[in-house]
Amino acid sequence: MLDVTAPLLAVNELQAWYGESHILHGVSFDVREGEVVTLLGRNGAGKTTTMKSIMGIVGQRTGSVRFEGQELIGKQSNQIARAGIALCPEERGIFASLSVEENLLLPPIVRPGGLTVPQIFELFPNLKERLGSSQGTKLSGGEQQMLAIGRILRTGARLLMLDEPTEGLAPVIIQQIGKTIRSLKQQGFTILLVEQNFRFASTVADRYYVMEHGRIIDRFTNDELDANVDKLHEYLGV
Amino acid sequence: MFEIFGIPSMALFGQLLIGLINGSFYALLSLGLAVIFGMLNIINFSHGAQYMMGAFAAYLLLKFTGLGYWPALIVAPLLVGLFGVVIERTMLRYLYKLDHLYGLLLTFGLALIIEGVARKNLGSAGLPYVLPDSLQGGHNLGFMFLPNYRAWVIVASLVVCFGTWFAIERTRLGAYLRAATENPTLVRAFGINVPVMITLTYGFGVALAAFAGVMAAPIYNVSPQMGSDLIIVVFAVVVIGGMGSILGAIITGFGLGVVEGLTKVFFPEASNTVIFVVMAIVLLVRPAGLFGRRA
Repeated sequence: MLDVTAPLLAVNELQAWYGESHILHGVSFDVREGEVVTLLGRNGAGKTTTMKSIMGIVGQRTGSVRFEGQELIGKQSNQIARAGIALCPEERGIFASLSVEENLLLPPIVRPGGLTVPQIFELFPNLKERLGSSQGTKLSGGEQQMLAIGRILRTGARLLMLDEPTEGLAPVIIQQIGKTIRSLKQQGFTILLVEQNFRFASTVADRYYVMEHGRIIDRFTNDELDANVDKLHEYLGV
Repeated sequence: MFEIFGIPSMALFGQLLIGLINGSFYALLSLGLAVIFGMLNIINFSHGAQYMMGAFAAYLLLKFTGLGYWPALIVAPLLVGLFGVVIERTMLRYLYKLDHLYGLLLTFGLALIIEGVARKNLGSAGLPYVLPDSLQGGHNLGFMFLPNYRAWVIVASLVVCFGTWFAIERTRLGAYLRAATENPTLVRAFGINVPVMITLTYGFGVALAAFAGVMAAPIYNVSPQMGSDLIIVVFAVVVIGGMGSILGAIITGFGLGVVEGLTKVFFPEASNTVIFVVMAIVLLVRPAGLFGRRA
């Protein structure tokens, strides 16, 4: 039976290990179609590992990751990408041996409905000017971040996972990325965001989950943010 | 007949030609090694044995199936490449996360086994491979005599080397390869089946060695140790060019073939060691090799 209220992504009792170290201890949350959901938490809380576990690139994981009703926990990362999930990693992952254009065109199209290259340039005009650059890593940090986000918009993935897209960037670039996320949301993309900067997150997110020690310890909507600010300061240690 | 630096032109150009021929093989073989090392992080010590397998495959195809030189140029690399695919699937893939030494030892052991099998079944004396009629003969260029087959080897090697360079540096598939060399995990998380790509890369590198082997069959004797004689020099070429550099492997391969040839003319005593002298100097001045990126 088709359940229209079923979330696009449902994570249940997710556990993950890097070698011997047990990082995630049963993480459960969901993301509904068209939402922007943010994982908040201190360094080492398990936010990045949660994204990597969804993507299938941690050593070992158990539990359940359902995407569009399909169980992904036993799948390889290339199959998970083909299911329609795309990751923009924290370290951005721009390839030094590829030109800017090659970096942009690298991720294969996994299903129809992605943005075209001109549409990506509309979001990130700077990228168009740097297209001829011979080496992706010669771009500035902000441009690399735009390239890292831009390249996964082509693929047609329905769920975008952005790992700390504002880290280390100038305020004006952060604003541009915020604008981009809102625009992507309007276009129907579903976004899972990892952020330490909840001021930034509050400009784009619908809901929040707070992580600590590899568990979800709290959750609230954007409307409840103001009421939770003190608690958040405590959680994030700011 | 004229002289250059007191050397008769025939001798000079003759050695230059031999240098280019040897350079063609150095380039093809070091290219395969560079492709394999770049993608798999494996120093493929069985490369010489796989080159020898190519030559033997051509010999056996002719003897038992009557398949001549031209079809063998395609079929032998395919067969030997398939052998490489099996090796990668069953053995090499367990070694990627380990130290280089393990891959080196495994492929060295494989080389010894392959050569042993060849020696036991085909004898250690060389077997002749008859040149195809279409490539017999040659042309007198005035300053030297150019045998057709040798000209063909140089041209074919240049075409294959440039084609490989183009495929890796200028195509979408090549971009996947280069990206996967840098960060295989992320490339896989974009939806590309990186393990299959790695297997095919090894198969391709091995097929390149076999291709060189088929081309070598009519020039050199087809013998079990033909690969081990050559591979030491090829490794020196790879080190000089820079581990994993495609263009470096090609240019250094041809360049050092010529250097070796010229040394035979001007200072014959040093011709066997000149490549290793160059290697020592390059390692002192540029440890990453002439075209290598510093890690």
